[in-house]
Amino acid sequence: MTEKKSTPHSIMIVDDELIVRESLTKWFRQDGYRVESAEDANHAIKLMNEGPWDLALLDIKMPGMSGLDLQKRLKEIDKNTSVIMITAFASVESAVQALKEGAFDYVTKPIDPEHLSHLVTNALKQKKLVEENVQLREQISGIAKANEIVGESQQIQKVIELAKTVSKTDTTVMLRGESGTGKELIARVIHANSTRRYFPIIAVDCGAMAESLLESELFGHEKGSFTGAQFRRKGKFELSDGGTIFLDEIGTISPKMQVELLRVLETKQFTRVGGNEVISSDFRVICATNRDLEAAIKEGSFREDLYYRLNVFTIVIPPLRERRQDIPLLAEYFRNKHASAMHKAVIEISPNTMDMLVQYDWPGNVRELENVIERAMVLAKPPAIQHTDLPFQLASKAHGLQADSIAAIERAHIEMILHRSGWNISRSADILDIDRVTLYNKITKYGLKRP
Amino acid sequence: MPSILIVPIRPVDHAELSLLIEPLISTFTQSVAIEESRYIDPAFAFDSYRNQFNSTSIITALLENYPTHQGKIIGITTVDLFVPVLTYVFGEAQLDGKAAVLSSFRLREELFGLVPNPELERIRLLKETVHELGHTFGLIHCHKSECVMHPSTSAEEIDVKGTNFCEECAQTIRAIVR
Repeated sequence: MTEKKSTPHSIMIVDDELIVRESLTKWFRQDGYRVESAEDANHAIKLMNEGPWDLALLDIKMPGMSGLDLQKRLKEIDKNTSVIMITAFASVESAVQALKEGAFDYVTKPIDPEHLSHLVTNALKQKKLVEENVQLREQISGIAKANEIVGESQQIQKVIELAKTVSKTDTTVMLRGESGTGKELIARVIHANSTRRYFPIIAVDCGAMAESLLESELFGHEKGSFTGAQFRRKGKFELSDGGTIFLDEIGTISPKMQVELLRVLETKQFTRVGGNEVISSDFRVICATNRDLEAAIKEGSFREDLYYRLNVFTIVIPPLRERRQDIPLLAEYFRNKHASAMHKAVIEISPNTMDMLVQYDWPGNVRELENVIERAMVLAKPPAIQHTDLPFQLASKAHGLQADSIAAIERAHIEMILHRSGWNISRSADILDIDRVTLYNKITKYGLKRP
Repeated sequence: MPSILIVPIRPVDHAELSLLIEPLISTFTQSVAIEESRYIDPAFAFDSYRNQFNSTSIITALLENYPTHQGKIIGITTVDLFVPVLTYVFGEAQLDGKAAVLSSFRLREELFGLVPNPELERIRLLKETVHELGHTFGLIHCHKSECVMHPSTSAEEIDVKGTNFCEECAQTIRAIVR
C-alpha cells in the first residue's frame, strides 16, 4: 500500500451513482491515496486536464458518454493513466472491449474489497514498471548512440555505413579484419542500431575455449551432465534469445562444433548438453574472424556449408595502416580517454611523437595504438608525450631503422612527407628538394598509394 | 472530556465488548465506556436483496443518536456489513471524524469451515476496533506490516499484523489525544 511519506498516488473515480463515488472515495482515502471523483464524462475530462492521474476507475455504463468512449478520450489526454473499468455483470462484453482498448483490468459491481485492493496495487506497480522501462530505454538508446568508432577516413566511414545498413535486417554478418581492428565494436554498433537493441548481445570468444567447454558454453548443460556440472546452466544461444550472439574467432572452432553450429543456425533449435528438451531461441548471428577461411576450406579444416551460412554479409574492417589519417584522431581519442581516467588532463602528444605514431605500421591495430597511448600516458611528464615515452620497437621502427637499405629509408621518408602534406605532390617535392617528375617516379617505384 | 463510546448493535455479545475496554484505554489514553441502555437494532440498514447490512446507514444512525457526544463512537455488531459498491466490509469509519462501525461476522473461524477459536476472534476484534478508531483519529493505512493500521481485507491479514500502532502512527495519535 501507499507509503505515507512519499507523494500519494492519485485516483480518479468516475461513476454516475453518488453512493459509489462516496464509498470508493472514502475507501481509497483511508489507503492514503489522493482521490477525486466525477459524476459524468465532462467532469472527468476536466479533472483529467488538471491531472496527471495515476489511475482512473470508470463506470462502463453512464448516461451521456459511455465509459468506453470516455476511456478513449482520457487516454488521448494522458496515455499513462491506468484505467480500471467498473461493470455490472451484464456488461462483461464491453469490459472485454475496454481491455482490448488498453484498460488495465475490469471489476464487476459489487467489488470484492480484497480483489480491488490487489488490482489497484498491481495497476500502480505496472504503471511504475512501464515508466521505468521507458526511462531505461531512453538511457540505452543514449548509450547505443554514443559514437565509439573514431575515424574520418573513407574506409572506416564505409564500414560504419555498411554496419548501419545491415543492422536494420536480421541478416547474418561476418566481420573480417586483423586482430585489434575493432570487430567486436562493430558488432555492438550493429546490435545497438537494430530492433534487437533492447535484448542482450552475448559475445563468445570461440578461440578461447576447448571444444567441450565451448559446447556447454554455447548450448548450456543439464545438472550432472558432466563432472562439475552441479547446476543446470543456460547456454549463450539461449541467453541471446531476442538479441544477438557475437561469435568471435569463428575460424578456430573444431569440425565437430562446426557441424553442431550449422544445425543450430539452420533450425534455431538445440538441446542442452546432457538434456533432451529441445530449446528454441530467436537470435541474430554476427561472427568474426581474422583467418583466411577460404584457405581453411581448401585445406579441409573449415566446412564449406558453414562458411556459406555465415558469409551472408561481410564487412571487412581495414587495418590501421591502411587508414593512417585516422591515427591522429584515434590517438587523441585515447589520450582523452586515459587522461580523464588517470587525471592527467594536461598531457598532450608532441608533434614529432604524433608523426611516429602515424608512420608506424601497427600490426596490432587500434588495440595496439590504445595500449601504446595508455602506456605513454603513464610514463609521460607534462606537458607532452615525447617519443621516448613510446615503446622501443615503435620508436625505432617509425624511424625506419629496421630496414637495412637506403631504398627502404627513402621509401619511408617519401611516404612520411607525402602524408604530412596530405599527398600534395608539389609541396612534397619542394620539401624533398626534388622535382615533381622524380617524385612521381619514386611513388611508382615504391608502390606508394594515396590513402 | 473526550471519550470513546462503544455502542452495541444487535445481535452482539456484551461480554465480548467489555473485554475491549482495558486495551482501548491503554492504547488511546482516553476513557472508554459501553452504552448500556440504548442498543441499536440495525433492521433499518438491512438490504434484503444482498442479505447484508449497510454500514454507511448505521454510521448515519450513530451520528444522529449521539449528536452531543464529545469524542469517538464505535458501533459493534455481529451482522454482515457492506457498502454499496463493495461485496463486504469488516467495518467502516469516518476518516478524521466521529463515528465508526465494525462487525465480527467475517472475523469468525467457522466462516471458513474451521473450529471456532474465541481467543483468536477476540484478538481480531480488538485489532479491527483499534484500526477503525485509528481512522476516526485521522490515521490512514500504514505500509508497515506489523502496524495495526496496515490494511487487511482478509482474516489472515488481520492475524499477521500486530495489535498496536507502529511508532510513527503512535506518535500521531499521541499528538492528537494529548
